[in-house]
Amino acid sequence: MQTVTREQLLSKAVSLLSSGTVNRVLGWKKGDFAYDVTPSVFETESELQDSFVYNIFCSANFSKYLISETQKEGRVLVFLKPCDSYSFNQLLTEHRFDRERVYAVGIPCDGMMDTASVKALAPDGLTHAVRDGEQLKISTLYDGETSFPFAKVLPDRCKLCKSKKVVVYDEMLGTNGDITDAPRFEEVVRLENMTEEERYTFWQKELSRCIRCNACRDVCPACTCEKCVFDNPASGVENKAIDDPFEEKLFHIIRAFHVAGRCTDCGECSRVCPQSIPLHLLNRKFIYDIDRNYGEYIAGAEEGLRAPLVDYHTDDPETDAVMEGGQKQ
Amino acid sequence: MQINNTTEFRPKIVAFCCNWCSYAGADLAGNNRLSYPADIKIIRVPCSCRVNPTFILRAFQRGADGVILCGCHPGDCHYTSGNYYTRRRMTLLFSMMNYLGIEKERTRVEWVSAAEGAKFAAVMQDFAQTVAALGESKRLEDLRCKQ
Repeated sequence: MQTVTREQLLSKAVSLLSSGTVNRVLGWKKGDFAYDVTPSVFETESELQDSFVYNIFCSANFSKYLISETQKEGRVLVFLKPCDSYSFNQLLTEHRFDRERVYAVGIPCDGMMDTASVKALAPDGLTHAVRDGEQLKISTLYDGETSFPFAKVLPDRCKLCKSKKVVVYDEMLGTNGDITDAPRFEEVVRLENMTEEERYTFWQKELSRCIRCNACRDVCPACTCEKCVFDNPASGVENKAIDDPFEEKLFHIIRAFHVAGRCTDCGECSRVCPQSIPLHLLNRKFIYDIDRNYGEYIAGAEEGLRAPLVDYHTDDPETDAVMEGGQKQ
Repeated sequence: MQINNTTEFRPKIVAFCCNWCSYAGADLAGNNRLSYPADIKIIRVPCSCRVNPTFILRAFQRGADGVILCGCHPGDCHYTSGNYYTRRRMTLLFSMMNYLGIEKERTRVEWVSAAEGAKFAAVMQDFAQTVAALGESKRLEDLRCKQ
């Protein structure tokens, strides 16, 4: 069961809103379908009562929305899941928003479904998907109700969750969890152990599906430049859709590189990808390399940490990735 | 007049050289009449950390078969710490390129000081040979940039 219910969140939001502690609430709004949940800003109690939801599809990371929300008058209430709280800290470290204008309520999380994962179970006619204990119950128009073990059908990022601990909050609802030791780099290691040829084929297959919708960039809480390198009109962005395999590689290498050392591994990029490209594997590769070469580092674990790529040690290792093509003498 | 019709593969190699060390090192190699392959095209940069990862990928897009980045020895940076940042960045970038299946022999970082003309020539010869043995870069090519 989700340990915090919609009613708890709703009453917390309503009481903070009516007492004037906050002026707005960042929350999840119900959509047309069971899996269709949209991040939204609520300003009145009746809006909250009408359309605020909290269910297994409330996976959106709210931290990035705070950049624009804190520009407005007054304070905003935000619900932070463990993943979101890491991004929150990372954005605070980078002075991207004013902490005073945010009231953060931490909520525990034990995994969220996303559209792609539930569509994999029920491609057509999904009417209902709820969690019942350890089971996920899905009903469709054609097959009636079926149930699946919840932990098994979670998306990758939640199966290999790095932490169930909300690292920053003004108030905690429910009980806080701990940092886990999930083997989240297993897939990276598996790819590293392939030959170059096999890796090339693997990524070619994945990245060639990219349609350059930029959703991964837009959703990423670490991608917060106001002017993005990929939006430069002089570079002919409008021609860069899918016409060349080079552009996909350029885009994905640079996208991942620009957040290297700041990526909190929240997995939003893979969640929003309409083509289901495993983008988190690129970010995890960078995290894995940083951990191996420069010591373990979790972006956003606390406020004010110095990211590995804006830091150095005089005795950093010179791995075979850079020096003499792997044959350092 | 004879026209050389051999079809022997000549790689195109881009070398980003730091103004304060390797670029002067290349100069010294020239002054000392040390030869290095003409396939190396040098681009002078104010510091090795001026090199943005996009530069390296763009070089491959526009037809380079190998990219080498030369900077001052760690501890000798003209701006104190530029090459330490380069070292971290390039470790990650090259490791990522290899992760996507691009041959790791095509990219390299070397520390060459202004006094190391001989090292510059040796490094470039070795790198050009390595890249020539790999052949044309296919995995990061852009068909729109092909003639």
